[in-house]
Amino acid sequence: MVKKLGVFLIIATLLVSLAGCGKTSEPTQGSDTKQTAPKLKIGMATDVGGINDESFNASAYRGLLKAKDELGAEIKVLESKQEADYDTNLATLVRGGNDLTWGIGFAMSNAIEKAAKENPDKKFGIVDFAYTTVPSNVVCVTFKEEEGSFLMGVIAAKMTKTNKVGFLGGVEIDLIKKFEYGFRAGVAAVNPKIEVLSGYAASFTDSAKGKAMANSMYDQGADVIFHASGGTGKGLFEAAQEKSTSDKKVWAIGVDSDQYKLAPENTLSSMIKSVDNAVFDVSKRLNDSDWQGGKVVTYGLKEGGVDIAPTSNKNTSQEALDAVADYKQKIISGEITVPSTKDQFDSYLLKLPA
Amino acid sequence: MGKQKIWAKDLLEVAGVPAIAIILGLVVGAVAMLWMGYNPVIGYQSLLRGIFGDAYSFGETIRSMTPLIFTGLAVAFAFRTGLFNIGVEGQFVLGMLAGALVGAAWPQLPWLLHVGLALGAGALAGALWAAVPGLLKGRFGVHEVITTIMLNYVSLILANYLIRNFFRVQEQEATANIAPSADLSIALLKQASGGARIHWGTVVALGLVVLVAFILYKTTLGFEFRAVGFNPHAAQYGGINVTKSLILSMLISGSIAGVGGAVEILGVFGRMAVSPILPGVGFDGIAVALIGNNNPFGVLFGSFLFGALKTGAIQMQYVTQVPYAIIRVVIAAIVFFVAIKELVRRILRLKRREV
Repeated sequence: MVKKLGVFLIIATLLVSLAGCGKTSEPTQGSDTKQTAPKLKIGMATDVGGINDESFNASAYRGLLKAKDELGAEIKVLESKQEADYDTNLATLVRGGNDLTWGIGFAMSNAIEKAAKENPDKKFGIVDFAYTTVPSNVVCVTFKEEEGSFLMGVIAAKMTKTNKVGFLGGVEIDLIKKFEYGFRAGVAAVNPKIEVLSGYAASFTDSAKGKAMANSMYDQGADVIFHASGGTGKGLFEAAQEKSTSDKKVWAIGVDSDQYKLAPENTLSSMIKSVDNAVFDVSKRLNDSDWQGGKVVTYGLKEGGVDIAPTSNKNTSQEALDAVADYKQKIISGEITVPSTKDQFDSYLLKLPA
Repeated sequence: MGKQKIWAKDLLEVAGVPAIAIILGLVVGAVAMLWMGYNPVIGYQSLLRGIFGDAYSFGETIRSMTPLIFTGLAVAFAFRTGLFNIGVEGQFVLGMLAGALVGAAWPQLPWLLHVGLALGAGALAGALWAAVPGLLKGRFGVHEVITTIMLNYVSLILANYLIRNFFRVQEQEATANIAPSADLSIALLKQASGGARIHWGTVVALGLVVLVAFILYKTTLGFEFRAVGFNPHAAQYGGINVTKSLILSMLISGSIAGVGGAVEILGVFGRMAVSPILPGVGFDGIAVALIGNNNPFGVLFGSFLFGALKTGAIQMQYVTQVPYAIIRVVIAAIVFFVAIKELVRRILRLKRREV
């Protein structure tokens, strides 16, 4: 009897305390929203990668934190765990009264378009996607990944001893193909005879598969591999460390953030994609009443949206870095247009001096 | 112990054990939140508001519970025949694809016919995908856990490949939008709730719950399934064709999952996009079936619990900025306590003896 009472008491206390708290703290909730401070409120919904993906979601989050520090913006982040969360997350952010709501990643394009249509008085931003007709309350942020990847191709071509390099992609989609063809173009610009092995892991999170694929490319004779595969690519760095021997070294090239620390002895460079700068830039412009709604804003080498990692001089030869600087100048000046699709790449090859 | 008692016994477990498990799970979640420096009271309060707070939240709760009814039913159905169908996830994915393709074709069809065709296509795709492990199990005794779990990944890659190479529309990594004649969403309720994606698929799901309960408990076929589940050797001895039962049960389980996938497309997404990850509802369906004690009505309860936690988690995350991982801790803790239900049941039994 005592035990029975005890169980009931515990349950009852829990339920009552929960219900009670619900009522008492409601006023504080209300006053929170009533503050009407002139602060900019920015919300962000990640795609299924989450903010700890060490890739573009993480980078976007850094941009948001920068906006918090430098603009005093109030920020809210929602991580999506499945596709069905996109709509709900965006709706929650909009209903929370955010002035600007970010959707990170091309996968959210449909959800953002819908939310923008349903809430014409709210502003939205999307990363990595450009609509054919951009709604007036949306800014599309895209990057010229092919330009940064081109520079990685130059490094790979300069550093390979086997004349064989590899590209490891995440999921085979147009966005990742921009990396691949930019990389291929950079390799071909240095030496068209270098063979490029290419493979897609069908995942952005499967590092075991990334490792297996990298191992297989190294076994086929490639000695430099560039990846554009999010978390899958972590396996590449493990493979590079394990495949290296005292007389033969193999290399990895990272993507999105500076991934040098994943394998300090075996990383040549990383292609930095500054989602953080872009997110901050658009947010700042909104704060300065320079809202770029209805536009596609593209960040390339010229705009500092993509670049070569600052740690690149650790393992990469000065000759290769000089070549990179040279090509970078040519891309910025428009002398070289980097291909981003297979068709563009094929015609690019035809134009190369034999 | 009459026939009716089987219902009652299942349902008592459905009600009692999970209730305690939920409370224990919430306590564990609260401890986790305290430990990480968040206020659990505000956390749970915003969780509740995110579930029941307004029409939109409640509508989204219903929306996120709907696919779990299908996947939970699919798992429970197979389990009653002694099959552990881990492949619900993959059957669901192919149901999505079939639903998206049929839903986008033939826009001139009348609504009911088009919806019926699309759902039928989903069921067929799911059943076909489940037929492979079903046949392997029935004919060669290959363990279905291995085959179904492997086919999940194959299904995702296959669906992505087919979309990318055959069914994509220009400039999109997705199939064409479904025709209005295949749209399952309920515009009136959607508008009234401020945009919650409520759709007729929930009604289909509820209908299936009753249908599955009827098949399992009121038909000879269901009796045979359950007999095979209890003891295949005894069932064989009793004149039941075990091989046939296993394969048929797998087919039905797969078709339930497939319909669920098609419903999700017709009611929520409107198209199927290339996805880097499995949707996860099939795996959640295993936990839903476990919480529901593999009883069709218990599945209804389990899916509501899961759907509610998932939807409420968003508001919880928004208000407190608690990481989503915490809500997964709560869900995992609940599943854990349900799994060790022997312990929980002992607490309950103590009570009953005293009464």
